[in-house]
Amino acid sequence: MSSIAERTYGATNTSTAISVFVMLVTLAALVWTGMPLLIVLLVGLAASAFIVGRTRALTLADGRLSVLHSLPHFHGWYMALMVLLPAFLLWVVLSVAQGPVVHGIIMGDLDDRLQTEQVIWPGTTLSPQAKDFYYQEVVRSAEDADLVTESVVQLSILGTDVDRGRLIRQIRDDGDRYGRLMFLGDTLRFLAPLVLAMLAFTWSVRRIAANFRARNQVERWVVWALIAAATISILTTIGIVFSVLFETLRFFGKVPPMEFLFGLHWSPQTALRADQIAAEGAFGAVPLFVGTLLISTIAMLVAGPIGLFSAIYLSEFASPRFRSWAKPIMEVLAGVPTVVYGFFAALTVAPFVRDVGQAIGLDVASESALAAGMVMGIMIIPFVSSLSDDAINAVPKSLRDAALGLGATRAETVTQILLPAALPGVIAGFLLAVSRAIGETMIVVMAAGLAANLTVNPLEAVTTVTVQIVTLLTGDQEFDTAKTLSAFALGFVLFVTTLLLNVIALYVMQKYREKYD
Amino acid sequence: MSEAVRAEAPTASRPAIAEVRESKMRTRHVDLWYGAKQALFDVDLDINANEVTALIGPSGCGKSTYLRCLNRMNDTIDICRTEGDIRLDGEDIYDRSVDVVELRARVGMVFQKPNPFPKSIYDNVAYGPRIHGLVGTKAELDALVEESLTRAALWGEVKDRLADPGNGLSGGQQQRLCIARAIAVGPEVILMDEPCSALDPIATAHIEELIDDLKREFTIVIVTHSMQQAARVSQRTAFFHLGKLIEVGETDDIFTSPQQQMTQDYITGRFG
Ligand SMILES: Nc1ncnc2c1ncn2[C@@H]1O[C@H](COP(=O)(O)OP(=O)(O)O)[C@@H](O)[C@H]1O
Ligand SMILES: [Mg+2]
Repeated sequence: MSSIAERTYGATNTSTAISVFVMLVTLAALVWTGMPLLIVLLVGLAASAFIVGRTRALTLADGRLSVLHSLPHFHGWYMALMVLLPAFLLWVVLSVAQGPVVHGIIMGDLDDRLQTEQVIWPGTTLSPQAKDFYYQEVVRSAEDADLVTESVVQLSILGTDVDRGRLIRQIRDDGDRYGRLMFLGDTLRFLAPLVLAMLAFTWSVRRIAANFRARNQVERWVVWALIAAATISILTTIGIVFSVLFETLRFFGKVPPMEFLFGLHWSPQTALRADQIAAEGAFGAVPLFVGTLLISTIAMLVAGPIGLFSAIYLSEFASPRFRSWAKPIMEVLAGVPTVVYGFFAALTVAPFVRDVGQAIGLDVASESALAAGMVMGIMIIPFVSSLSDDAINAVPKSLRDAALGLGATRAETVTQILLPAALPGVIAGFLLAVSRAIGETMIVVMAAGLAANLTVNPLEAVTTVTVQIVTLLTGDQEFDTAKTLSAFALGFVLFVTTLLLNVIALYVMQKYREKYD
Repeated sequence: MSEAVRAEAPTASRPAIAEVRESKMRTRHVDLWYGAKQALFDVDLDINANEVTALIGPSGCGKSTYLRCLNRMNDTIDICRTEGDIRLDGEDIYDRSVDVVELRARVGMVFQKPNPFPKSIYDNVAYGPRIHGLVGTKAELDALVEESLTRAALWGEVKDRLADPGNGLSGGQQQRLCIARAIAVGPEVILMDEPCSALDPIATAHIEELIDDLKREFTIVIVTHSMQQAARVSQRTAFFHLGKLIEVGETDDIFTSPQQQMTQDYITGRFG
């Protein structure tokens, strides 16, 4: 026992040396990749803190680790986290605050100052747009005072009677002030975290003691880190929802929701010139919904049976060896980039469908819902098969034995006992596959066409919600027209639909889990 | 009718030991492997008709494995290989001409843990008759379900809620439902693998009474880890150890004067 402890203690110096070496190499690498100096310094401090904490704890233990409440590396981690995290947080806060604070200082009393400096008449103020422009000019002037020319100022602060010469001088003054404030901010942003990190270093190193609960402290930090990660993803989702919702509402300000949701005609034209008011376009999204539905239905008609049957085969009939390589291969289908499916659909399947159609005397468009739907069906097979397979496997073995023991054949066991018992899981798989199909874009862009035909004939070209979003937003767009905003409305509908499908799928799976508990 | 039968004292109704009985099932030289591991060694055992045969022995000795040979449930395990001669009414059940589905209808099974289907009580019992096409009309099926539930001593408790899910019953009721489900197919032999191990003592007593009744019509093989249960319900007892059949005989003889030292040690609790 004691010999082990001695060896541990004897190893301290070597391991510290190794740590220092690793740290120096890491820092060098950070500098070499062009990391900001602050980050390099903070990481360096944190690493030294780790080494100091660990070494101190080892020294305190004096060869007998059992006297420590926490193992030495927890002391090291504790110090490293104490050094790094608060400093980093401070840096984030300062970075976020810097811009708004400087803006507030310069613009806060702008009207008063302009009046006292006799740039504008007493009693008058700048319009909000003029203020925004003023600030832009201040920022430009901070970079290079010569950039602020009379003509620019004259053009922009339209509507307010200004003394141009004084205005330019004022802008240049404020530009100087802006530069100084930003420099101050940058310096603060650099120094404050460093100082905080050093304070944390000296403070935390004093807390290292044999009975100090470093392990629990580290645990607390870890929990906070996990919470932060979860919060970020949740907030991002919420943020996306709200921004889309906001734009959608703006769209509904231009086009009534009823017209959008129930209108039968879709041709989002934008006026080429301002006076072309007539060409506002039609925003009836029903053809898109129908097209989406049509293609998803075709996809499910392909993926449903194939997915379900392969799940049944894999889970009940296939040998374990076959299953062990067949299942991963099927799951690869979902991982193939959709653009690959897209050109497979456009270049192979669509012409094939058209040729077959012509051979039997049908009129098939060269871009057809059928081709896109079939290929999409192939893509989503794994959603159905994998989840169904899981669901069937989750049915307790005892039920399988019960049916077989009663003299049911394997097929009877699967169809009459296992599938009904696994049905919720199977349904959940179907719903997830549908929501994947509805959201799929690339295959449809490439193989189904852009024409917003209102048809349920799978041999014609149709378009889907996702395809229209792509066409509405690619290329240079003005962000205020009904045309661009309609993309957000479509996106919102898509989002709500897939969200609902996912919620239903989750709910169904939840219920199903309770059943065998 | 079930109430009347249950009211009789179970032990009083045992047939006289001296009766001559033909064996319903005969196994000779049964060897069984799970992959490379042999789990049964040369088992010779006769199962007499209208008797309860108990299989006892320490855990892992192959009782369940042997039981599952009798209706070829081991076929469902890929790595399992069986050799030897197993006969039901003189007919080799491992013969290639034998339809395993039909065999399992003749040799029913009740499992350790109650495993009703996630269906209604009625559908649980009706499942076997339906897949085997035993009845023609709904009325006949109704009658068969009632009869099976009655014989499983469950009818009185469930007759008003046949449409309720089978999983909603208590553990003991679920096990009786499983027995009713097995009976409904009209088997000749019923195999029970520790049918009471998941039940409380009162439910266990119910099932034991039921087993005693059922042996009038069926041949029963029961695996049990409880020697008291073997003594209470069985007429013959077979003692297994490490995949070998050590001793078999009248239950009373096995428990009072075992021929083998190992049996003696086991029933006196010296190992197992
Ligand atoms: N499915 C199986 N696969 C491999 N080995 C098994 C399997 N079932 C049982 N065995 C093995 O066979 C032996 C007998 O098991 P079992 O018949 O279940 O014993 P018992 O029912 O008497 O407790 C045990 O060693 C067990 O590990
Ligand atoms: Mg067992």
